Amino acid sequence: MNILVCIKQVPDTKIIKVNPKTNTLDRSSAPAILNPYDAHAVQEAVRLRGEHGGKVIVLSMGPPTARMAIRKCVEIGADEGYLISDRRFAGADTLATSYALYKAIEKLQKQEGIDLVLCGKHAIDGDTGQTGPGIARRLEIPPITNVIKVDEINTESGEMKVRRKIENGYEVIKTTIPSLLTVEKEMNEVAYSPMPNMMRAARYEPTVWTVDDLDDVDIKQLGLKGSPTIVGRMWPPEKSSGAEMIEGTTKEQVDRLLSVTLEKRELFGVKGGGKA
Amino acid sequence: MNIEEYKDVWVFIEQQEGQIIDVGLELLGAGRELADKLEVNLCGVLLGNQVKDSASELYAYGADIVYVIDDPILEQYRTETYMKAVGDLVRKYKPEIFVYGATSNGKDLASAVATEVMTGLTADTTMLDVNLEKRLFEASRPAFGGNIMATILCKKHRPQMATVRPKVMKKPEPEQGRTGKIIEESISLKEEDLRTKVLEIVRDTQKAVNLEDADVIVAAGKGIKDEKGFAMVKELADVLNASVGASRDLVEAGLCGHDHQVGQTGLTVTPKIYFAIGISGAVQHVVGMQNSDMIIAINNDPDATIFNASHYGIVADAFEIVPMLTEEFRKALKGVEVEGVTSDV
Ligand SMILES: Cc1cc2nc3c(=O)[nH]c(=O)nc-3n(C[C@H](O)[C@H](O)[C@H](O)COP(=O)(O)OP(=O)(O)OC[C@H]3O[C@@H](n4cnc5c(N)ncnc54)[C@H](O)[C@@H]3O)c2cc1C
Ligand SMILES: Nc1ncnc2c1ncn2[C@@H]1O[C@H](COP(=O)(O)O)[C@@H](O)[C@H]1O
Repeated sequence: MNILVCIKQVPDTKIIKVNPKTNTLDRSSAPAILNPYDAHAVQEAVRLRGEHGGKVIVLSMGPPTARMAIRKCVEIGADEGYLISDRRFAGADTLATSYALYKAIEKLQKQEGIDLVLCGKHAIDGDTGQTGPGIARRLEIPPITNVIKVDEINTESGEMKVRRKIENGYEVIKTTIPSLLTVEKEMNEVAYSPMPNMMRAARYEPTVWTVDDLDDVDIKQLGLKGSPTIVGRMWPPEKSSGAEMIEGTTKEQVDRLLSVTLEKRELFGVKGGGKA
Repeated sequence: MNIEEYKDVWVFIEQQEGQIIDVGLELLGAGRELADKLEVNLCGVLLGNQVKDSASELYAYGADIVYVIDDPILEQYRTETYMKAVGDLVRKYKPEIFVYGATSNGKDLASAVATEVMTGLTADTTMLDVNLEKRLFEASRPAFGGNIMATILCKKHRPQMATVRPKVMKKPEPEQGRTGKIIEESISLKEEDLRTKVLEIVRDTQKAVNLEDADVIVAAGKGIKDEKGFAMVKELADVLNASVGASRDLVEAGLCGHDHQVGQTGLTVTPKIYFAIGISGAVQHVVGMQNSDMIIAINNDPDATIFNASHYGIVADAFEIVPMLTEEFRKALKGVEVEGVTSDV
């Protein structure tokens, strides 16, 4: 069973800084990492390969530096990596991204055969989670989002059973092979990479494709041109008038805080706002 | 695409086991304002099995028209069936704006429909407006990395779509006696042709944390550093009979589960009192709690942005002030202890 995992290199959003003058992101301030959810997706693919055989192939769209994220996937255990990289892909929103990835998957499908596609639940830079369902729609395979567990894969009947997280619980869903799953963190723990993987990853060079390497591409659907959404305006969020600062010694602060909150002492009766 | 043909504001009305959930009603409230500005109809889209009777409830919340598809095949949410049904409605009736709750199913559906009808979709928005001059939908959201809001536009494609998190918009007061009309459509899919099936839904009714309904939330951030600091905060919450919230960084540090996380990628909460202890006040956190009635921030950095979003601010070392607060509250609330209630955060 060959599994394709879409992976993205993202700036570590915990560290990235905003330039207060221009309101733009200073990308150089943050190191680039493999999107954490995608690491879980690769880990799951490696586990499924252990049970069902086949290959784990990772695919990314991004600048040449995204090779590093692909190497990270090889460390986790991926067999092969493909990077589609071209100025004509740049500036893509989720609709244009899913189109480009779909075109690459179509080519890999012909070349290698793909039985399952995995994506992360979302990428931490944009947090949209829209790319996976978009790819599935284009490939005309079922998307199952927010998957926390693959319960069963039956390659003979071509069916699988997975658990999908919903607001207050989960659903058990039966779907067909191939399907596209988007992966939650609860899926697994990303294991420590074994030494041979690390050594292989250090020297690994992914296959890099440009737009010209893909078949029958409609250039108008790529990159900025193919993106229906655009950023209109950026602004710092409105600052409210700000807090009344409670000054003084710690003791004085505590006393004042008690007096403002104890006006509402009935609130502290029962947890959860219910009635006693 | 002739964008002039597209009118009306649509809201996807999500239901669970036939019950309409709040987020759709909240969005009818927000959608009403947009529809009034544009002078068009506000329409709900309600799909399910035996849901037709609920459609009329939506008029009171502002809907002029409710598109209903009532079919056993739609009993449970499935991307394949819902995407097809909604895609057909969009192609036939051509809405100008279409918003969905950013729930698991709402996000899944909106993403699939966006590709199905080839249009733009903005995720997790917190503010909706229209630019009348250009007749454009302005969907705004916190943009990544910090203290920036961005307005996303979709100029050349219709419908203009967005997802909005539950609780961000206010559910309107129902206006009794308001009426509207139902337009019923059918779906032509057969169960045998479908590739997916929901076998079982397991609801975790014993959910330990119920932040969305809590009156008082004591939330902690990275400033409380470790297990010991978190235990200190939990003790305060215990004394106040409060629920415990957290910033994403605290969740990522492994100190508590994601179901405690408040913010853009966690829960939106609106308690009567929200304590923010050792939380810096990143916009992604603030959007999840800014509508609380009283926000009290404790931070040792006088310049922390959390103070901008708070009603009361205390510059202090959490490790010093929190234990004192706990003690004083314990004394002051002795008489308030309610019988038979044990706290178990
Ligand atoms: C796409 C995206 C989505 C996100 N979604 C969310 C979300 O849903 N929820 C969320 O919370 N975050 C979210 N974030 C992360 C957010 O940007 C911040 O990184 C995060 O909220 C910061 O957490 P924090 O305030 O706990 O940590 P920090 O920013 O590290 O702040 C710690 C604070 O503690 C104070 N402090 C330190 N020591 C003490 C002490 N002894 N006493 C008192 N105060 C002390 C410090 O002054 C500081 O202000 C998201 C980020 C991105 C990019
Ligand atoms: N440029 C990209 N290259 C490869 N995969 C991507 C890319 N963008 C998004 N994805 C995949 O889609 C998932 C969701 O991303 P997003 O829709 O941006 O939140 C990610 O976790 C990846 O699996």
